[in-house]
Amino acid sequence: MLKATVTELAAALAARKISAVELTRLFLDRIRQLDRKLNAFITVSEERALADARVADERRARGEAGPLTGIPVAHKDIYCTRGLRTTCGSRMLAAYESPYDARVIERFAAAGAVLLGKTNMDEFAMGSSSETSHFGPVRNPWDATRVPGGSSGGSAAAVAARMAPAATGTDTGGSVRQPAAMTGISGLKPTYGVVSRFGMVAFASSLDQGGALAKSAADLALLLNAMAGHDARDSTSLERPAEDYTRALAAPLGADAGRPLAGLRIGLPKEYFAEGVEPGVLARVREAVGWFESQGARALEIELPNARHSIPVYYVIAPAEASSNLARFDGVRYGHRAREYADLGDMYRRTRAEGFGAEVKRRILIGTYVLSHGYYDAYYLQAQKLRRLIARDFAEAFQRCDLVAGPTAPGTAFPLGTRTADPVQMYLSDIFTIAAPLAGLPALSVPCGFDALGLPVGLQLVGNYFSEARLLGAAHRYQEATDWHLRVPRETPL
Amino acid sequence: MSLSLEQVRRIAALARIAIGPDEERALLAELNRVLGLIDQLQAADTRGMEPMSHPLDAALGLSQRLREDRVTEPDRREAYQALAPAVERALYLVPKVIE
Repeated sequence: MLKATVTELAAALAARKISAVELTRLFLDRIRQLDRKLNAFITVSEERALADARVADERRARGEAGPLTGIPVAHKDIYCTRGLRTTCGSRMLAAYESPYDARVIERFAAAGAVLLGKTNMDEFAMGSSSETSHFGPVRNPWDATRVPGGSSGGSAAAVAARMAPAATGTDTGGSVRQPAAMTGISGLKPTYGVVSRFGMVAFASSLDQGGALAKSAADLALLLNAMAGHDARDSTSLERPAEDYTRALAAPLGADAGRPLAGLRIGLPKEYFAEGVEPGVLARVREAVGWFESQGARALEIELPNARHSIPVYYVIAPAEASSNLARFDGVRYGHRAREYADLGDMYRRTRAEGFGAEVKRRILIGTYVLSHGYYDAYYLQAQKLRRLIARDFAEAFQRCDLVAGPTAPGTAFPLGTRTADPVQMYLSDIFTIAAPLAGLPALSVPCGFDALGLPVGLQLVGNYFSEARLLGAAHRYQEATDWHLRVPRETPL
Repeated sequence: MSLSLEQVRRIAALARIAIGPDEERALLAELNRVLGLIDQLQAADTRGMEPMSHPLDAALGLSQRLREDRVTEPDRREAYQALAPAVERALYLVPKVIE
């Protein structure tokens, strides 16, 4: 059961082969056994999980179960949960207990899912390795001396180690896809505006989007069905007719039912198959593209000439928005307050100095600088203009192709502590994931093999706006023919 | 462009973050590394480009929605103020500002 996908667990629950309570106990035991080593969870909500599971079993007995009823799900500790603390990986919120649930939490509750716990993450989602958490670093189940990627590294490690069948994450510059790639699982960032951000602690509001992590693309489709939908409490939430994101899993993407991928046009940005990508990563990604071609898809080289600006653009826009969003942490209304201070100004300064970690402070300071008088045009406005050029590159690419493929990250999981000293080295691990959120496009990562060290490699697929179903359909076909996504990490055998 | 120690102190003051004398130099070096990265933007040609503040503007030509100006939420003041470090008679307490 621990090995099973959400799709398989849903079938087992529906067939009464196992109850939600039994299933939840299996995962809680697994967490107890492994999490001391991996540190994927900040809070494990045993009582809440078992209570949710009992409710799910009763619901099934009444004949009211849906596909996620009784499925245990771990949530990134950025989603506010009533009755459980929500820390965002920060000392600032170490004791914070939200008086309301995030929309995403409400949606999973309405679907009858079981809340297993809250997962560890980079502080305020600022990081690419899950090392900046106030609660200590997360470790990669494939090699515990390495990072799981970030910022949703706890969610990724939990799913990879089979401590949870599925988890939520958030993606601002790659925080769902990059950890999914580094832990050998699947991760989806939907189109900006598809998942409500109500109750999701804000980092960079023009980029942040809720996403999901699971073993398979088919599972991600089920999760997105629960998460997506309009919410009046998020001004960026889109009013669109409800979609069934599983609809392309079984249906052909083109006209030929016998060859479902025939005619699919896959764009390969020459900038993403360039120097600086580890050879083991490039080889696996090329093999995956080769498989799509063998199924009748057509690969063509495309250009994203402004992609090279992605990292500098992101590291202006995201810190600028973060410096504004994180101004709310003032020690007055909630969160940490310094114990000693001379006056109001000193209370603010000490509260923020104590409450925020080094990376969060760096980003707030960079953001404050690029928005300050005399620098705004040169940095922030210039970055926003380049952002439009980056989005336009994709718009042009999607005239010629249906989806864009490439490596999710330039390298596989790196050893703990090796990039923390140099922020720029850390930022470069997001080089291929940043462009999609800048443009607002949906993108996913699926496992496509291993490098020479036996570490998982991720294939990234980026689609046009609202093409989640097609992306998931293409990824699902690949996963029907491969089993990379089902491999169990060597440090956490079953 | 690279920052001076004086500028770092000024930015920290604007951001309301206390930085100790022992942290200043390391922070200066780190911030200058990041600025070195983002300074690459200056060389890019963006003449005639409209700034893009929001993905939905590029994707769908949407602007952000405004809601009707009416009360939709119940009063949950007590639940919200229960989280505050210091509250008295339904007021948030801060150190004295005016003598």
